Amino acid sequence: MNEATARGKSVGLMATCLVDLFRPTVGFAAAKLLEDAGCTVDVPSQTCCGQPAYNSGDKAHARALALQMIETFEKYDYVVTPSGSCGGTMIKHYPEMFEGDPELQRRAQRFSAKCFELVSFLTDVMKIEKVASAFPRRVTYHDSCSGLRELGVQAQPRKLLATVQGLELVEMKDSDVCCGFGGTFAVKFGEISGQIVERKTQDIIASEAPVLLAGDLGCLMNMAGRLSRKGREMEVRHVAEVLANMTDEAPPIGEPAGVAR
Amino acid sequence: MSIHANPTTPQFKENAHKALGDPQLQEAMGKLRVGFTAARQMAMAKLPEFEALRDSARDIKNHTLAHLDLYLEAYEKKVTESGGHVHFARTAEEARKAIVDICKARGAKTVTKGKSMVSEEIALNDALQEAGVTPVETDLGEYIIQLRGEIPSHIIAPAVHLTKDQVENDFRRGHTHLPADRDLREPTQLLTEARGILREKFLAADIGITGANFLIAETGTSIIVTNEGNGDLTQILPKCHIVIASIEKITPTLEDVSQLLRVLARSATGQEMSVYTTLSTGPRRPDDVDGPEEYHVVLLDNGRSSMIGTQFQEMLRCIRCGACMNHCPVYHAVGGHAYGWVYPGPMGAVLTPSLIGVEKGGQLPNASTFCGRCESVCPMRIPLPGMMRHWREREFERHLAPAGVRYGLGAWAFFAKRPSLYRAATRVAMHVMGYYARKTGKFHALPLASGWTDWRDFPAPEGETFQAKWKRERTRK
Ligand code: SF4
Repeated sequence: MNEATARGKSVGLMATCLVDLFRPTVGFAAAKLLEDAGCTVDVPSQTCCGQPAYNSGDKAHARALALQMIETFEKYDYVVTPSGSCGGTMIKHYPEMFEGDPELQRRAQRFSAKCFELVSFLTDVMKIEKVASAFPRRVTYHDSCSGLRELGVQAQPRKLLATVQGLELVEMKDSDVCCGFGGTFAVKFGEISGQIVERKTQDIIASEAPVLLAGDLGCLMNMAGRLSRKGREMEVRHVAEVLANMTDEAPPIGEPAGVAR
Repeated sequence: MSIHANPTTPQFKENAHKALGDPQLQEAMGKLRVGFTAARQMAMAKLPEFEALRDSARDIKNHTLAHLDLYLEAYEKKVTESGGHVHFARTAEEARKAIVDICKARGAKTVTKGKSMVSEEIALNDALQEAGVTPVETDLGEYIIQLRGEIPSHIIAPAVHLTKDQVENDFRRGHTHLPADRDLREPTQLLTEARGILREKFLAADIGITGANFLIAETGTSIIVTNEGNGDLTQILPKCHIVIASIEKITPTLEDVSQLLRVLARSATGQEMSVYTTLSTGPRRPDDVDGPEEYHVVLLDNGRSSMIGTQFQEMLRCIRCGACMNHCPVYHAVGGHAYGWVYPGPMGAVLTPSLIGVEKGGQLPNASTFCGRCESVCPMRIPLPGMMRHWREREFERHLAPAGVRYGLGAWAFFAKRPSLYRAATRVAMHVMGYYARKTGKFHALPLASGWTDWRDFPAPEGETFQAKWKRERTRK
């Protein structure tokens, strides 16, 4: 679909639990980017995409939550989420959740076809070439796993970040290696997760960029938490905040309000 | 009892804890993490059609698995025609017995062994020793871990968990007949020493046992790939050669195998081909210059045929290249021994519960972030994370998942299925959390989440939920 036909389309914004609960600014940043791109944004009453249940083997709850999500959002032209992880669940896994029930599976497939991760939606569907934002900092970018490997989100955020005034992207080593979050894994296997995120933060620090960006709040909270435990002063943000020019709206992740950097 | 027969897989977490505190292991893993991934990357860059090769490799194995019985029969017929013997073993016990019986019949005292993961799987060395036969591992890595009394920590690099200094110490401890002041600082010196010792063993061996990377149905041939040439000496010098292989190693034709070989070495070590690719078909014929008098193949099932037709069938495509573990952040962190049995890393996380039971192996498929890097590098396109999820589903259905997890998830789902209750509850909870952390922006400790906060801070919420704030701001406008 090209820009002319995609403009004016209705978008249901699926904020994700983590954004809803922990970082509303990302939700507002996503809404602003979508509206700037010409979409009409709506935020229906929503909860969880079902991923924690699905990944824990609890298929019944996963299905119930998926169905609830489909019922809530299938009326929109598109469903957009600022997360490759929840996006991956809705796009890649909803259809397989309903295996054995052809009717629901077809419905899930139709639904999945209109779901997108935020940044790739902006570039690939809305054909956005640049954003109106200024952030004169050196930043490094972590590729979150589901977005990268399930949805192919890699070039898109870099393309838009390159158009942010004053921003310089410094690639860290192994930006495509997992940060160790893995949802409930971070709590169930905390020590292993802690070691993986320790390695990750070594690569982040070695990039010498003072700002860390990524497209998934779970990974960001994990990396920010480790950096702060190590006493590293680092500004950690969701990529949407920078693209939407909204970095003044909230302190960096894990920092108290009123902290200027 | 050795670890083969008594897996420590149920203690995965404890094993991992030890591994994370072992500086030598961490040093060795750091090298693996960089070395193998870079090598594979370079090999990929040189072969643009690699993705297409992966597709055809997958298709070859899918076809074979769909007709496995036919190809097994064809293979057996060919081996028999060429003068060899095929022994079908349903269990590890049957396979051990078949091999020990051959050893007894030949009055064997020592056997040399090429690297074989199936031999580890059936704990063959234990059985041989009990029968009074001395097994000698001839692959350098296997030789080292045999000296140490360990199991392999990696399916293609058995001693990858060790540093050079550790190996030097093992050699000094094991080879006391050599001068104590000899120089062993260089890896080549270690290699030369091992060669010297193994050469004598090769010549003295009564039987050579090798694994197989592939078994060709068309010709009754078994194929091994090595980088040391030890496999050749193992199977050519003794009077008797035994191949121990699992049933899914069957491949229809030599042509098919050559396709699989093209993805195997590149995925494993980044080589275009392994240094030695050795084919053997039956015993020595009258006009052959060398080869064994007697040729046996022990074909192991050990639960594999019951994976066919299930959600785990695709695992049988595995060609044991090791790429999945070379790219796994969990494997990098804890090494292979933490997995507690023969097969580590992502392929082990799927295969181990199939082979030793989900009751014992159930932690492994849970110990994954689902980062998907294994699937993205697997030459056979095996959906490893998807199959780990299937194990989690089976555990959940059978109520094997820990109670804490079940209750936590259940509580979460209870709220998530009731949006207005969810909004009301989270609104208050986030407000309280935000209030408590208003000065620091983070928590250093949280009840029920010490798994998180023991290792990192927990960033505090902004305080108001997105849905509440959106409603407040947008309805006012
Ligand atoms: S699962 Fe795939 S990547 Fe892992 S060892 Fe088997 S073939 Fe190689």
